[in-house]
This record gives sequence, C-alpha cells and structure tokens, in this order.
Amino acid sequence: MSAGSNSVNDFVVRFANVNGTGSASANFLFTKSIFRMGIPVTPKNIFPSNIQGLPTWYEVRVSEKGYLGRREGIDLMVCVNPQSMMNDVKSVKKGGYFLYDSTKKLHDEFIREDINYIGIPLMEMCNREFNDARQRQLFKNIIYVGALCGLLDIEVSVFEGLFAEQFKGKEKLIAPNMKSLQMGIDYVKQNFSCPLNIRVERRDLLKDAIMVDGNSACGLGAVYAGATVAAWYPITPSTSVVEAFMEYAAEYRVDPQTGKKNYAIVQAEDELAAIGMVIGANWNGARSFTATSGPGVSLMNEFLGLGYFAEIPAVLIDVQRAGPSTGMPTRVQQSDILEAAYASHGDTKQILVIPSTPRECFEMTADAFDLAEQLQTPVIVMTDLDLGMNDHVSPPFEWDDKRIFHRGKVLTADFLENMPKFGRYLDVDGDGIPYRTYPGTHPTKGAFFTRGTSRDEYAAYTEDAGAYKRNMDRLMVKWETAKKMVHAPELYQHKNHHGNGILFYGTSKYAAEEAIDLLKEQGIHLDAIRIKSFPFNSTVEQFIAAHDKVFVVDQNRDAQMRSLLMIELGINPEKLTSILSYDGMPITADLIQQSITNNLSIHKVKEGTLS
Amino acid sequence: MTYVRPKFRHPELPKNKLGYTLSYYEGALSTLCAGCGHDSISAAIVQACYDLDIEPHKVAKLSGIGCSSKTPAYFLSNSHGFNSVHGRMPSVATGANLANRDLKYIGISGDGDTASIGMGQFVHVIRRNLNMLYVVMNNGCYGLTKGQDSATADAGSKNKTGQVNLFQSIDLASLAIELGATFVAQSFSGDKQQLVPLMKAAMKHQGFAFINVISPCVTFNNNVGSTKSYDYVREHVEATGTLDFVPMMSEITTEYAEGSTEHLVLHDGSIIELHKLADGWDPHNRISAINAVQHAKAKNEILTGLLYMEKETTDLHDMLGTTDIPLNSLTKEILCPGSGKLKELNDSLR
Repeated sequence: MSAGSNSVNDFVVRFANVNGTGSASANFLFTKSIFRMGIPVTPKNIFPSNIQGLPTWYEVRVSEKGYLGRREGIDLMVCVNPQSMMNDVKSVKKGGYFLYDSTKKLHDEFIREDINYIGIPLMEMCNREFNDARQRQLFKNIIYVGALCGLLDIEVSVFEGLFAEQFKGKEKLIAPNMKSLQMGIDYVKQNFSCPLNIRVERRDLLKDAIMVDGNSACGLGAVYAGATVAAWYPITPSTSVVEAFMEYAAEYRVDPQTGKKNYAIVQAEDELAAIGMVIGANWNGARSFTATSGPGVSLMNEFLGLGYFAEIPAVLIDVQRAGPSTGMPTRVQQSDILEAAYASHGDTKQILVIPSTPRECFEMTADAFDLAEQLQTPVIVMTDLDLGMNDHVSPPFEWDDKRIFHRGKVLTADFLENMPKFGRYLDVDGDGIPYRTYPGTHPTKGAFFTRGTSRDEYAAYTEDAGAYKRNMDRLMVKWETAKKMVHAPELYQHKNHHGNGILFYGTSKYAAEEAIDLLKEQGIHLDAIRIKSFPFNSTVEQFIAAHDKVFVVDQNRDAQMRSLLMIELGINPEKLTSILSYDGMPITADLIQQSITNNLSIHKVKEGTLS
Repeated sequence: MTYVRPKFRHPELPKNKLGYTLSYYEGALSTLCAGCGHDSISAAIVQACYDLDIEPHKVAKLSGIGCSSKTPAYFLSNSHGFNSVHGRMPSVATGANLANRDLKYIGISGDGDTASIGMGQFVHVIRRNLNMLYVVMNNGCYGLTKGQDSATADAGSKNKTGQVNLFQSIDLASLAIELGATFVAQSFSGDKQQLVPLMKAAMKHQGFAFINVISPCVTFNNNVGSTKSYDYVREHVEATGTLDFVPMMSEITTEYAEGSTEHLVLHDGSIIELHKLADGWDPHNRISAINAVQHAKAKNEILTGLLYMEKETTDLHDMLGTTDIPLNSLTKEILCPGSGKLKELNDSLR
C-alpha cells in the first residue's frame, strides 16, 4: 500500500480532536515544525461553533511546490476523537495512514483493508507518566506530535527550538514537553518502520516568509495606519481582529511618560453602535474602524448608507463566514460581496478592498484608512474566515517610514480664514470629492450640518430635485475617481496569450494558482487575473474584453462576483462561466481544475457536433 | 409666520466675556410648528451657552431622527452638527467624543428616538458615563409621523384622535438614575427659569448629564386628556427646588435662610445654589432621588428640577485610560510604530 508512493514534502495530515482539549497548540506546533524545516505548509482549522466537547479538525498540507490551498485527500489521519472516528477512517486516502490511540482495541468496523494503521497507546503512556488529569490531556497531544516527528522524519532540534521560545520565562515546562515528545518518537521508532513513505526533508523554500493569520495582520495594519478609535461587537470569525489591535496597541501605543493610551477601544452593545461610533469618530477627525462578519454587516447597513451619503470615512473589516443568517459561523465563504458592495437602501455603492494574504491584510487595512479619508466614504476590507483565522505562510510585513497618512481634503483654520464661502458638498476640483472640516477648527467659518437627508452644496437641507440629483451625480463622479485610486488587480501575464481567462479574488488565489498549473500540465492554458478591489478599474474590464471566455471563481452559491461584474461592467453573461464552491470549506485546486476541464470538454463536444 | 429671520441686531446688545452677543449663539430659523416646546428648549441652550461664555465652535451638537432631532439646526450655527440615524445618536456621540475629548457634546433626542428605537444605545451610553449633555425633548408622541403614541406616553393618556394609550410609560429620568447616570434632571419646556440654570449645570458636569424635558407637541398631543399637554403639565409640575447656577469665580450674592439652601459644587468649581422644596430628598443619593420621582408620580405629579448628581465622576476617557491629548490630533510620529518594530515582529513570526 502506498500513499503517493514515497512522497517527500507533499502530503496532507489531518488531526481529529475534541474541542477544548488543548489540541490547537500541539497541532500548531506540528505546523510550525514543518515551517521551520523550510517547507511550505498550510494549516486549516476546521472547528465547531462550540467551546468544549464537539469534534474539531486541523488539516495541514505540506507542499514542496508551494501550493498553499487546501487539497482533498488525507494521507495521514491523527485520530484522537472517538466521536468522529468512523468518518475519520473513511476520509483517509487509499494507501494512507490512520494513527489512533491503541489503549483500547480498535473495533472491527473501523478496519479498512486499504489503509495502514498506526496504533499508539497514548492514554496508557500518559497515565503511566503523568499524575495530573490536565497534564495527561495536554501531554497526550505532545506525544502524538512526537510520533509524527519520528514517522515523518522531522528534526528533533526544531522542536527543541520551538519549546524554548514557547516557554520562555516558564522554562520548567520545557523538560516535560521534550520528554513527551521523545516518548512519541521512541514508541514509533520501536514499533514501526520510520520514516513512512510520506515524510519531510529540510529545504530552504520559505526565504524570509512569516507565518501569521490575517486577522492579526488586519489589527496590525490598523495600528500602523494610525487608527485611534476601535469600536466592535464580538462575532466569529472577526473577533481576533480587534483583539490583535488591542494587543499591538498595548505594545506600541502606550505613552511611556504618562502610561496613558494613544488609542481607545470600546466594546459596543451591538454592531449598530459599533459602526455608529466609527462614523462619529471619523466625522470628528480620528481614524476609526470596526471588524465584523456577515450578520454584523447586515446590521450596519443603515450606517453604511449614511457614511456613503453624508460622506464620512469609515473602515470596516468584514471577515466573511458562511451565511445566510447565522449560517455556519465557523466555516468560510465569500458570500458578503453583493451585500457589502451595495450596502444600505437607496442608490449606494461601497468601496471594497480584497486581500489574499496576511501581508495584504496588513497593507490593505492600512490603505483602507487612506482611501476612506481621501474618498470620504466607508471602505470595507473583504477578508474571510480562512484568511482571517488560519495561519498562512506569507511574505513579511513591510512598512515604508516615509509613507504619510493621506488624510484627504480637510480644511485648516488658516485656509478657512482666507477662503470665500465654504461649501461642504461643492465639487471644487472636479473629481467629485468635496472638502471637509473637523469640528472645532474655526470660530466662524467651516461649521456645517452633517445629515443623512438631502442637502445642497452648502450642506443646507433641501428637497429641491435639482440639488438632490446634482449631489447623486457628483457621488458618481467620485466613484469614477475611486476606480483610479483603489488597488489594481494582479495580472499573471504581461500580455494576454490565450482565448480563455480565469478571474478570482481573496483566498481563492491559492487554489486558483495551483489549478492553473495543473491545467497547464493537461495542455489547458489560461490567462489569469486577481481582483483586489471594487469598483473595478479599467484593467478588469480590459482583461474580460480580451478573452472569449472567463472563468469566475466565487466561494458562494450565487456567483456574486460574476453578478457584480455583469452589473457594473455590462458584460454578456455568456462570457462569464462560474466556478463555485460553497460548502463552507476552503476551495480546492481540484475543484477548479475539474470544473474547467469539464466545461471545456463539453464545449468541445458541442463544437464537434455542430461542425 | 416669518420665514426669514431678520439679520438686524441692536448694536448695543449686551455681550458675554468672549464678546459675543446672544444672537451669535442662535441657529437657523426653526421649521417646527409654532408654539412647539422644542423651540423653547433650543432657546434655553442658546441662553446657557451664551451665559457660560462657551465658544460655539468648541461644541458639537448631535441628534438622531425626529422633530427633536431637527433642533440642532436651530441653535449654535457656528457649531458642527450631526443629524445621524434614528436612535443612534449616542453611538455617534461616543465615537466623536473619543476622537476629541476637548469639545463639548450636546446630544438632542426625542422620546421615540430614545425610549423606543434608541433604548439600547441610551442605556449603554449611560453605563459608559460619556462626557456629554443628553437632552430628551419629550412630548409623548411621534410628531413627524403625525402623532402616534410613544413609549413615554402615560397609560391612560388620550391623544388627539381620542385614543387612550394602554401601555405603561417608560420613565426616562428614573431609568437614567438607576443605570448610573451621574447627573439627572427633569424639566418643562415652559419653565425657562428652571431650564436655563439646569442646562448650565449639566454642561459644566464632567460626565453623562441627562435632562428629560417635557415638551408639549402643540399639534398632536396638546389636547384635553393628554398628560403631556401644556395645561396638564403646568398643573402637575412639582419642583425638587429652585436653583441658580453660579459660575466659578463669581461672587455669591443672593442669600437664603440656612437649612433650605444647599451649595452643590461642580467639577470646575462652579456652584449650583439649590433651594430645596422637596422633603426628604437628597440630590446626592440615588435611592432618595428615585424615591422622590416615584412619590411624585404616585401623586400624579411630575417632579422637575435637579434630581441627582455626583460631583466627581470618572468619564469614559478616564475609564479607558486614554491620553489627555485629543486622539484626532495625534500625528503619525506618535501613532505609527515604524519599520524597525515591524522587522522585530516579522522575526517573531518565523
């Protein structure tokens, strides 16, 4: 039996655990050890909406070629959860391995002829070695990591280094952890032929890459961009964005002299209040943001409309999860695209920026503050649960110290003093972006009344049809200006070569890039584009125009990005073929490859019958 | 009815310490119904700000939606105003205040805006002791949608169409006291003598100051049988006391018999001279304040005046430990940790 026969640095390990048993840190330790071996690795936490007791999985893909998307097919299953064991046995690839706790004998129904079983008496070993119940639990996890160390040929010194870092200041804990690890290593070496035919070999493929989750990167980006007011309401999977902001701000933003904070964080009573505070703070000249997920965006719609119409900057980080309604709170989707793009009643359009990597989460969050203030409108950072909560190998964060905060068109007291009449909603520059003033700037000039009702160029309330229409039309001029300011898409080729293209965004990047390679091997060549923002700038339009057919990858049921392209660019629906993944799991290269292969072969058959 | 406010002002109009006349504190001409209580409240705000020598541009006025929420346009035209969304003024005020702690914040709301759609934000802004003046112009009905009962309409009160309200009313002042508001007062739009000094004291209060002002709706809720009509309120008002506001540094000239007068010192040293009328009521005691309101209610009276206040309070900024410098004035040099720190952080993520 073989699992990808002698597969070096190319396999998937899945851990089946019970939620709340400390498995997360042990599993991360495993991932980090691969990372430290210099090999591209991508973990996915597949967790329940639960604190303790329900099954939880952690899937780690190791890929020499650097493919960081999820891959179907499990080569090695580490099963320490009897609850899910039947399904876990079934999910192992033919020829794969099933590691389990052999303290109790495995029942016949769990035996498959086509996979290999690695039984380790985890519980028995722990009970023998440790007295404390919690310790038994935690070290059981370390023992199976030790087993993997032996089975997959991971260098022991890597773990020594990781433990030393993890338990800095608590050095007492290093010895029992190393001991547990060694127990695992020794057991598999004595009882099985090590390493397995799936194993790792040290490489230097990661260069200066870091491993971090997108939510931390967003929180950090907000610190670097000078956000001073964060208001939020806890919701999975966005909670850790503000928690990261909290942590980084505590580190970087406390005045050393006074001990006072150069930031304020308020946990609001709900998402409505959270975005209200953000709008209030931005109106008053502070950079302010909130983070939420789909249900929160629904609640924030009214304020997002106010932000659009009254022209108040705001930054909202939407960590998308599977909807609709409460949906699957701990599973991923890109299903807030349309909701966010047209958030609120009336004619509204919102700026979206769509990162794909933690580095982009950092940069684009920082950029979002510039865009929001320059365009005087809300900017929504469209990340998702996969990007936000899972650790990703990413290029390192970079910051140019010469970078300035672009605060947009804000009039100072001096300027107001010397100008004729200030008109808050006057399009002085022809770009649709008017000038604003902060409260408290000048004793007699520059005060205006902000409202969600219609108003004229001088911010005076009006129901005059002409004034209302002029304002709505100016907002469209501003929208055109935005197209030139938002992030340009990533093109994967200097010149378009092929008849067919593929378009994707956000975390579909990983699977799509891999699929492009797989298809190439099959002789199917595609040009590719990754969208990073809405409104779409002209490059997107040109890319679609240059191809006969464009595959649009969406991680939602309703092909939301495809709809958005059709609505905004007036593209013939026949030209855009959807590739959809919406089961809540991160999309795979396999799915994209299959869909495109099927589509093109059907197309060929049709052409054949016609000719 | 005039549609244009005459610009002419008598050249000898008195000026305050900043050299501004009262008219400098006015706003646009009100578009509310003639005789609306809300206009009297706007006038009291104008008077209070003038008397206190407040720089209008150092005030931010915020509101939600409704007749009351329109009023910020009718006072302090040199202040920035924000007519936000229905029931959400407290959150907007919270964000604004966090951005710049040096301005004064006046929030205007109505009974619909606060006691119904905005109840959640109202109770939470109280909990946070946001440094602001929160005024509810309370007329017991939805004026802008033509007179439906609001949640502060008393059970048994009759509206213009003769319909009797069946539901219990929400007593905003009692609620505010119970939730920990640090300054709570109640007044009547028809009582300028009481309202102006209350406004002044509330504006000087460091923390959340709430004034519930009964403000009759002349068009939809001023009929016989309504408990929010001018006539009814005038007949049923009972004051905790009369009060004068004495700004810091002023000499106290009026004298009252010992025992009936109490000097309440505010945060900045200003003094409220309170001439108590209610028996057994202690403005520094929350329970006593709630009792006084409830006793009056039991007698079908509306207790007005100062109800409760704390002198030294910890406002939201102090609770959060934010810097004394307005957050909106901090520069990149202070806010951005820079590339060096980022390099260290990158190293820790490998």
